[in-house]
Amino acid sequence: MTSTAGSTRRPEPLLRRFSRGERLVHRSTAALMLLCTGTAACLYFPPLAQLFGRRHLMVVVHEWSGLLLPAPVLLGLASRAFRADLRRLNRLAPYDGQWLRAVRRGTPGPRPAGKFNAGQKIYAGWIAGAVPLMTFTGLLMWFTRALPAISRASAIFVHDVTALAIAVVVFAHIRLAYRDPEARRGMRTGSVTTAWARKNHSQWAEEPGQRRTGSS
Amino acid sequence: MSEPESGPPIARRVMLSMLGLGAAGIVTAPFVQNGWERVLGAVSQHDPTGLSGLLPNPGGFRYYSVAASVPRKTAADYQLEIGGLVERPGTYTLGELRALPQTRIVGEARCTDGWRVPDVPFAGVLLSDLLDAAGVRAKGKAVRFTCFDGVYTESLTLEQARRADVLIALDMLDEPLTHEHGGPVRLYVAPMYFYKSAKWLSGISVTDKVIPGYWEEYGYDVDGWLDQEA
Repeated sequence: MTSTAGSTRRPEPLLRRFSRGERLVHRSTAALMLLCTGTAACLYFPPLAQLFGRRHLMVVVHEWSGLLLPAPVLLGLASRAFRADLRRLNRLAPYDGQWLRAVRRGTPGPRPAGKFNAGQKIYAGWIAGAVPLMTFTGLLMWFTRALPAISRASAIFVHDVTALAIAVVVFAHIRLAYRDPEARRGMRTGSVTTAWARKNHSQWAEEPGQRRTGSS
Repeated sequence: MSEPESGPPIARRVMLSMLGLGAAGIVTAPFVQNGWERVLGAVSQHDPTGLSGLLPNPGGFRYYSVAASVPRKTAADYQLEIGGLVERPGTYTLGELRALPQTRIVGEARCTDGWRVPDVPFAGVLLSDLLDAAGVRAKGKAVRFTCFDGVYTESLTLEQARRADVLIALDMLDEPLTHEHGGPVRLYVAPMYFYKSAKWLSGISVTDKVIPGYWEEYGYDVDGWLDQEA
């Protein structure tokens, strides 16, 4: 966007946050997750089951969207930017401790964070553990006799309870994104304003060698 | 190049903890599940919001339909057709079925998806009575069931169909069968998984061999005995 003549605001530099490949990984994962949870709801909740029926179709879509769910992330490993962000997500820096303490105490105001805050790091790790668990228990329900040592009832129980936890956590993830248009813009366009980055990801904004792209 | 952020590998630890928790869940599920069912049972009794119905719960009925929508049938337009390899093919209205001798069976409804409801009373006409009335021909070896949802089918061998715990059910929980539970008439095969108990029953046809039913075409056992799997 170009600033129009007479604009009172100084054009603000944008920071590059996500590459095209990373956004593609996020978008395809989100689409598969929506398909998987949507069909799960149609299989699981009687009112939705009565509304949509077509149980076999729901089962097939659920199984395949679930199986394919890790694929975008695995393909994304080919991207250098994605691998670099995974390394960032993995490391609990000293300021992440401050971030967590501030959240626990409900301290208002900006909290220190790198490119990803401590909450995002924990979310990433958690969902990376929950999805393979769903795949494993889901496959046990699909191929009933694959592992006779584990009863079908046990697999279903773990699948159901983990599904509920994922529903809560992913809902919270979407709610936080809904409340922060700038964060959504970062995922949509790949760039964020420097002001937003300074406020929400101060350590990252201060890093040397930031790529600035155009202005808003 | 030094990494921009450093510290303990938090995401990896959270991920491995989650996997560990899942493994522990699978191992302890048989013990945890009973307690969970009891807690949910108690909670749902004092839950005006009905939100506890959203929690994973192996107890209680769930609604399954393989069709996009299912027409509603009442006593006015319901008909059960009996045909195939029989001497006297014919149809029954709901009133005619009610006029026949009724049998009440209290059994379990157990789904392959893990939910089960114990001690459910079903009442209706014994399938063997209807088969006897129609007169099965010597070539008849199996029974095929069709449903007015237009999609679902089921099957039993003639021997299974003649069991004293296989009902053409008109009542469930001592009330006339509701549409949601497959009313006005469904099959109830007490000794087998609940998918054998076809809902919205509209046709009974005696065949010379077992024709696999809807889910059986997708790999379910044709003989869905309950005691195969604890």
